[in-house]
Amino acid sequence: MTGGLAAEAPSARRAGQQTGSGAAVAALRSPLAGLGRLALYLALPAALVAAWQTAYELGYIRPILLPPPTKVAGAFVELAVSGDLFRHLGVSLLRVLEGFAIAVLIGLPLGIGIGLSRLLDRLTDLIIQLTKPIPPIAWIPLAILWFGIGEAGKVYIIFLGAIFPILVNTIDGIRQTDHRHVELARVLEVTRGRFIRQVVLPGALPNIMTGLRVGLMVAWICVVAAELIAASSGLGYLITDARQMSQTDQVLVGMITIGAMGKLLDVVLRAAERRLVTWKSTFSGR
Amino acid sequence: MAASAAASAARADDLLVGPLSKTFTLKTGSVQALSDIRLDVPGGRFISIVGSSGCGKSTLLRIIAGLETSDGGAVTLGGRPVAGPGLDRGVIFQEHRLLPWLTVEQNIAFALKNLPKAEIARRVREHLELVGLDGFANAHPHQLSGGMAQRVAIARALVNRPRVLLLDEPFGALDALTRIQMQQEILRIWQAQRTTMVLVTHDIDEAIFLGDEVVVMSSRPGTIKTVLPVRLPRPRDRSSPDFITLRKDIHREFFTAAELPFAYEI
Ligand SMILES: Nc1ncnc2c1ncn2[C@@H]1O[C@H](COP(=O)(O)OP(=O)(O)OP(=O)(O)O)[C@@H](O)[C@H]1O
Ligand SMILES: [Mg+2]
Repeated sequence: MTGGLAAEAPSARRAGQQTGSGAAVAALRSPLAGLGRLALYLALPAALVAAWQTAYELGYIRPILLPPPTKVAGAFVELAVSGDLFRHLGVSLLRVLEGFAIAVLIGLPLGIGIGLSRLLDRLTDLIIQLTKPIPPIAWIPLAILWFGIGEAGKVYIIFLGAIFPILVNTIDGIRQTDHRHVELARVLEVTRGRFIRQVVLPGALPNIMTGLRVGLMVAWICVVAAELIAASSGLGYLITDARQMSQTDQVLVGMITIGAMGKLLDVVLRAAERRLVTWKSTFSGR
Repeated sequence: MAASAAASAARADDLLVGPLSKTFTLKTGSVQALSDIRLDVPGGRFISIVGSSGCGKSTLLRIIAGLETSDGGAVTLGGRPVAGPGLDRGVIFQEHRLLPWLTVEQNIAFALKNLPKAEIARRVREHLELVGLDGFANAHPHQLSGGMAQRVAIARALVNRPRVLLLDEPFGALDALTRIQMQQEILRIWQAQRTTMVLVTHDIDEAIFLGDEVVVMSSRPGTIKTVLPVRLPRPRDRSSPDFITLRKDIHREFFTAAELPFAYEI
């Protein structure tokens, strides 16, 4: 029972402190350890960068294949100072957000509808299953034919990437509605509208949030593909253009910027999730 | 049963079950869960049902609740046949089944509909008081102990003022002390509200402590073996000779009825 688990949790945590690894984990939770947590969070990436730089200094890596961090940082500063980086970033961000927003506006209601209605599920399932595995890149020729080489085609590619995770997770979340809660609603003669609002949707919310997060991530993945379509700006364009000029350092700047933006937006969505889903106490590792 | 009392009591609340049977059809064959069940519960009575695991107690309760249909044979409440779930029959399940995303208050209000806001608030408050959880209106279920959560479930089941309350091992998951506390609570509520109660339990003491009569079921297929009246004044003393004698009688029914008598060692 929930109450029992809640009551046990603190004692389990205390017991955990006795063991070696438990103590380390407990230290992570103490309020003083904020700085330590940040250090732990950055330790591995920092070590990786250091190893990368060292390998370059020792002559193990040819800079044309993989420029050292210092050179990448230089390119970053250069692109930042000239304003090019932010222009590309702004353009890509807008495309991602547009494609993602359309995917949410269509995917969320459609997913809820399919989750609730067997008929709609039956009608749409085959189309969804057949379309889902097609990589957005494969859509590029059609996207160009349909939308031309303007913004619409690029947004369409991103939209295609983002919609399926949203759709599938929303349907899944709704299908996972606890049958015991369904029975409860029957016993209490709860109306369908209230059943959906107070039982189905809150229960599906964790899955829906997962769908949104994965969808947004895929949207960033697709931005490079989308910008293969006659783009003259955007992080994807920056990467393609730099590749053609053999400026590997700029390729890396583009890559890292995409990664950082993806992470940043995921942080926003996770914060939203934590605010919306306060009732779920899940395993957070130990 | 006291014939005169039953006859003079308001017939409108009488719960008449069966005779009914229930067979589950599975891919691998069929299971007869209930056979020829007959149960008359005069309005306002407290009936305990005991029986070994799998004898069909939950199935019987679910049929009365309207969550399951019998093979034939009706359940009537106040002369009206039961067709599907209804607010005249409240159910308390073994697990509290609170919605984790709603507060205690919202969980109780979840049972109410078509009422003005003020009336909903009033009834919720009244029932929170009834189960002794006034201070917890805004808590979430995960912040409650098992016993507290089950109290909220009781409040939620009662807030619509059902004519019959069906309880399926409601305290089975609670520790012995909390269970006894909850039994006293249910007794107090019953004495205050006089809702008809049908309680399924594994606990013979609980059945005797609460019931006007104890229905003993036997299994495979589930049938009613005997109905033992409990003619002891309330509150009942678990260590009184009469209580102990009755416990022994029910035990004896078990040892001749159940395939798994060791499940009921106390
Ligand atoms: N939905 C179902 N489908 C198939 N068989 C079922 C179903 N529900 C119950 N049964 C069967 O009916 C019989 C009675 O089950 P029931 O749950 O009513 O027993 P019970 O007396 O409540 O047992 P317990 O005390 O363990 O809760 C069992 O043999 C069970 O396997
Ligand atoms: Mg049962």
